[in-house]
Amino acid sequence: MEYIVEVSNVKKSFKEVHAVKGVNLTIKPGEFVGLLGPNGAGKTTMVEMIEGLQHPDSGEIKIAGKTWKNNSKELHQLIGLSLQETHFIDRLSVFETGQLFASFYKLGTDRVNEVIELVGLQEKRKAYVTTLSGGQRQRLALGIALLNKPSVLLLDEPTTGLDPNARREIWMILKKLKDEQNTSLILTTHYMEEAEFLCDRIVMMDQGTILADGPLDQLLRDFDNARNLDELFINMTGRHLYE
Amino acid sequence: MNKIKNHQLYRLTAAHIKEIVREPVVLFWGIVFPILMAWGLGIAFSSKQDLNREIAVIKHSNTSTIQKSALQNIIEHYPDKEKGDYALSLKNEKLGNVKLSFHECTEAEAHVMLKKGTISLIIDVVDDKLVYYFDPVNAEAQLIYQLVKGVVYNGPQYYASHQEEIKPLTVTGTRYIDFLIPGLIAMGIMMSSSWGISYTLIERRSKKLLRRMVATPMRKSNLLIALIFARFIMNIIEAVLLYAFAYWYFDLQIQGNLIALALLFIAGNIAFAGISVLISSHTANSEVGNGLINAVVTPMMVLSGVFFSYHHFPAWAITFIENLPLTMLADGMRSIFNEGAGLLEIWKSLLVLSATGIITFVVGLKIFKWY
Ligand SMILES: Nc1ncnc2c1ncn2[C@@H]1O[C@H](COP(=O)(O)OP(=O)(O)OP(=O)(O)O)[C@@H](O)[C@H]1O
Ligand SMILES: [Mg+2]
Repeated sequence: MEYIVEVSNVKKSFKEVHAVKGVNLTIKPGEFVGLLGPNGAGKTTMVEMIEGLQHPDSGEIKIAGKTWKNNSKELHQLIGLSLQETHFIDRLSVFETGQLFASFYKLGTDRVNEVIELVGLQEKRKAYVTTLSGGQRQRLALGIALLNKPSVLLLDEPTTGLDPNARREIWMILKKLKDEQNTSLILTTHYMEEAEFLCDRIVMMDQGTILADGPLDQLLRDFDNARNLDELFINMTGRHLYE
Repeated sequence: MNKIKNHQLYRLTAAHIKEIVREPVVLFWGIVFPILMAWGLGIAFSSKQDLNREIAVIKHSNTSTIQKSALQNIIEHYPDKEKGDYALSLKNEKLGNVKLSFHECTEAEAHVMLKKGTISLIIDVVDDKLVYYFDPVNAEAQLIYQLVKGVVYNGPQYYASHQEEIKPLTVTGTRYIDFLIPGLIAMGIMMSSSWGISYTLIERRSKKLLRRMVATPMRKSNLLIALIFARFIMNIIEAVLLYAFAYWYFDLQIQGNLIALALLFIAGNIAFAGISVLISSHTANSEVGNGLINAVVTPMMVLSGVFFSYHHFPAWAITFIENLPLTMLADGMRSIFNEGAGLLEIWKSLLVLSATGIITFVVGLKIFKWY
């Protein structure tokens, strides 16, 4: 199998808002892809369609060669994800939250402990979710996403709102994952350094379409020798990526 | 054992129970509050305190109206004046003592007191004759009217006479607390199910936790079943504690069949669990959810006779009221607690409550919005 994720000509509208207008995207096993674009570009909508949480109006999405229709049980086993914002159950501890989600995958407490260690929450094992800091919560969400050793990991803005140190900690966890497991990653982010540091490929989205797709240095070269992603975006659209 | 413990249904149920138990405020409303309510109301309506009845007497000029009326006789003999009011103490061991306070005031003042509910009877003197103003639909006003009239014509001893013909009832199951506790248990099931299940689901939807959970291989129905089951366990604990208190403090006895009681309790839980799932099937907005829950719960709180019998409502309304889930549950509980009822008397309620729960659950699940 050449591609673990295949998105072909996918469209999605909310009433008169065309959130995703015909996207094609393929991802190889083990590939890390960064999805960038301004607010409202359609990143979350795109990612959630791949996760099976939203349904495309037209087009097709395949994971490991299978569509969501009729294969949802199998595909749920293959993917791991964190949403743009999720709250877990307030008065469960980190460990109990892990245990709960592990039970969905029929996994035992060993795996929960492993994951807690992986995301560096050992000291917060017994702490209630409400008492965690923003960064710790994001790490918990990442840990939950990793429980089932997913083939495809989808993280929607996993480092937004974190300080540079906390962000770096998450990068390190993901870097380690890249070295140790054959996981594909789709990561949406507003931080260019993050995409640069983690991703093999950058996908630039704007207004529901993909503007550019390729390795960072190639993209920069192709678009009038842009020095960074912001310049790249200006060269493509005439607008700043972030005003 | 570990296999069971790692099962998602077990983990989900455990998570819900932990969540409830770890929120002290929830425990207060679920356990302490009903007991306090039973205690307060049970005491308020059972001890025989001296009753104070206020009556307004309209004063036309500066001269006291009372002085020139039929009331005068009584007042002359019993010139108890308290804060400017004429007070008349009536004694009756069996009925309890009553104090009538005649308060002289202008017509306008009397009307204000009437609206505030401090009085329900106004007496005016027209051509030396007493005229009574009161709302004939108001049972209390009528009682006071009869009492005042009797006393005016026959003297204060009227209230104390014929005591030997009154035999206070001491049959078990006829006190107010006997009426109240089964109603409170039924209400507890309704309240804790609707808030515990509906509100939790709506909140989880709005926080995107439902969305996160269904992005795993979790079985959707397990989530609902676990939530309902966790609530059921809490409801049992709440009901047992409330009953234990009533047994210890008020010597409340269950006269009917315990199996019937258990089945009715389960049926009540099924009914309100289903209704709660239906209420919370769509909205992700907790304010809308709040409104929906209140819209379902409040009418039953008012109509279903948890605190007072609904038989004062007009006859056409009673058929409707009797078929509300909370009424069925409360009436069934009462008949088992106080009338010694068994399965034979409550099977209809069992059936209707269970069917209500199952139908609303299935419909709710069908239209349930997970994300
Ligand atoms: N449920 C919805 N109902 C209506 N419109 C929606 C819905 N979800 C998304 N949209 C619209 O679709 C467009 C794309 O939204 P999306 O959340 O995918 O953007 P995004 O790229 O993730 O943005 P951000 O960087 O702010 O997270 C936006 O215009 C948004 O308003
Ligand atoms: Mg987004």
